[in-house]
Amino acid sequence: MKRLATSLAVLLLAAGTAAAQDKTKACFIYVGPIGDFGWSYQHEQGRLQVEEELGDQVETAYLESVPEGADAERAIERFARSGCDIIFTTSFGYMDATNKVAGRFPDVKFEHATGYKREHPNVSTYNSKFYQGRYVIGQIAAEVSETGQAGYIASFPIPEVVRGINAFLLGARSVDPEFELKIVWVNSWFDPGREADAAKALLDQGVDILTQHTDSTAPMQVAAERGAHAFGQASDQIAFGPETQLTAIVDDWGPYYVERVKAVIDGTWEQSDTWHGFAEGNVAMAPFTNMPDEVAAKAQETVDAISSGALEPFTGPINKQDGTEWLADGQKAEDGELLGMNFYIEGIDGSLPQ
Amino acid sequence: MRLELERRPRIAWWAELGAPLIALAMTVVIGAILFAALGHPPLRALHAYFIEPLSEIWSLHELTIKAAPLIIIAVGLSVCFRSNNWNIGAEGQFVLGAIFASALPILWPSAAGAWVLPAMLLLGMLGGALWAAIPALLKNRFGTNEILVSLMLVYVAGLFLDWLVRGPFRNPEGYNFPESRNFGADAILPEIISTGIYGGRANYGIVVALIVAVIVWFMLARTLRGFEITITGASPRAARFAGFDSKRTTLFAFLFCGALAGLAGTVEVTGAIGQLRPSISPGYGFTAIIVAFLGRLNPLAIVVAGFVLALSYLGGEATQISLGLTDEITRVFQGVLLFAVLASDTLIRYRVRLTRPHYAAKETAR
Repeated sequence: MKRLATSLAVLLLAAGTAAAQDKTKACFIYVGPIGDFGWSYQHEQGRLQVEEELGDQVETAYLESVPEGADAERAIERFARSGCDIIFTTSFGYMDATNKVAGRFPDVKFEHATGYKREHPNVSTYNSKFYQGRYVIGQIAAEVSETGQAGYIASFPIPEVVRGINAFLLGARSVDPEFELKIVWVNSWFDPGREADAAKALLDQGVDILTQHTDSTAPMQVAAERGAHAFGQASDQIAFGPETQLTAIVDDWGPYYVERVKAVIDGTWEQSDTWHGFAEGNVAMAPFTNMPDEVAAKAQETVDAISSGALEPFTGPINKQDGTEWLADGQKAEDGELLGMNFYIEGIDGSLPQ
Repeated sequence: MRLELERRPRIAWWAELGAPLIALAMTVVIGAILFAALGHPPLRALHAYFIEPLSEIWSLHELTIKAAPLIIIAVGLSVCFRSNNWNIGAEGQFVLGAIFASALPILWPSAAGAWVLPAMLLLGMLGGALWAAIPALLKNRFGTNEILVSLMLVYVAGLFLDWLVRGPFRNPEGYNFPESRNFGADAILPEIISTGIYGGRANYGIVVALIVAVIVWFMLARTLRGFEITITGASPRAARFAGFDSKRTTLFAFLFCGALAGLAGTVEVTGAIGQLRPSISPGYGFTAIIVAFLGRLNPLAIVVAGFVLALSYLGGEATQISLGLTDEITRVFQGVLLFAVLASDTLIRYRVRLTRPHYAAKETAR
């Protein structure tokens, strides 16, 4: 009897929730156009994957090219009011706006990419360990380069970018201790004209490999014209340099988005701070192309080693640029140190713009 | 055969009043055609664009946040444009105003008290005015083109802001990210109604905008200075005969306009944003040019025009969510609106005539 009552109750409960809860709505806010073939494009791919995998259970919506600042808060609030159950805000500059709106809508879940503020229990943050990929391409660059020099087109001197530069050099010097890196700051995330100019200037200075922390495909195209090699950024850019791209660090937000939306559907969503990399599938390498097989094989080994945890790129001994010790032999960097990284490691020329 | 514009001897009062309305109607019609061409039912789309944002309290609050900076800048621009000084750089003056005002809470975070906010508003006006003084002085001294100079200074201002928030003004506790510290409570423009069913984010910026509009309307309509500005713009020779110094008017117009743009920047950072960021304006300084002309350079009409353009921003977002249209639709609407305003203005002042090209005919005969 008791069992019957319990199962009846369970049935009723299930019927009740099924009736009350129609589709879960997942909403996405992008800082750029979805056609940038870089950052926002990859987040859009993640949204599409959510639609594909969760099918009828979800409904999704997005806003593109939302400026950071006052407009972001309104856009997020509009989503919160329009019935979104979970909102992904995919740029660092949305951090304060996300937290403000989250305080007003405690029943809506908020997921902020690349930030560190979680002021309310309904705010989570997430990011990916792109630097793992940077270490791998650094190694490849040192193997493939004939001049022993790579050019690095950088956007802004924020920790994310500085970390990438340091990881690249660590990777390169693990192969060739004399490897040199030339860096140009273009002060933009997306400016095809300036990125192309920077690429030309670097190639003129004798580098034969380009890598970038900006979002357009312009450097790849310039490298293709000049017969140099380059690495794709954020997404597989092989279409823009079939003979040029060695590999690309691909942001794959899909698994995380599917997991989090599913958690909302199941009612198991909890606040978290996620920083995933190769192991969880959030960072992936595009196919290794235009390089000797043994270089490709070695790159894959490095990916596997990082993925399994056997290799951590930021493991001592590592000195800071001025020669003072940062990590002692065998010591691994703490996540907090990496997240706030604002110094070059030893071996990088030039000073970090402050 | 060619088209010629012939000035109408008289302009009917109803035409003068009706021109902006005709322009609005034209924009709506063109918008409907555009939506239909994109494969959306035009009425549904127009409803989403123009009505939906007005149907909720919180959205009305957002409308005032958007409208306030547009109105303040456009009111200032009306003074410049009336005096025939083409200040296209309000965007830069907006940024400089915001920087000057923000310097206080950023460099002196412990400053507290009721004096902080008024001091910031004054600093903001000073910053905007100083930035606007550059094109004015260069024009007066060297006869440079103020359109070019003021426009180019926009980019200088933007880069200066960018450098500040990555360098001296960067939040020391912000993990090196390019933004300033959040302003303290005394440096924030308060919200008008923050709680309850009528509550929302609207701050006193809109009140500032309304006060500014009334003051400038009074100045232009009722004071000698206003007369001087209008005359200098309409007929420089007449102004000279009246003893008005056109260089002085140029300087005054630019300083005034810059001060208001700086005030708008201050309202934006102390109200809606609460800190300095690498980018603080989605092009308010440029959109305000449309506002100024839609309002026919009349400060009171500019208030209405400011709300119309604010609506175009919110509407663009609404159609993006409900119809999945691209965000470019906002800029298309703003562009069509400016085009329609200029066209209806021209057609009201001038008559279009087809004339036979006598001169050209002779040329070919020879």
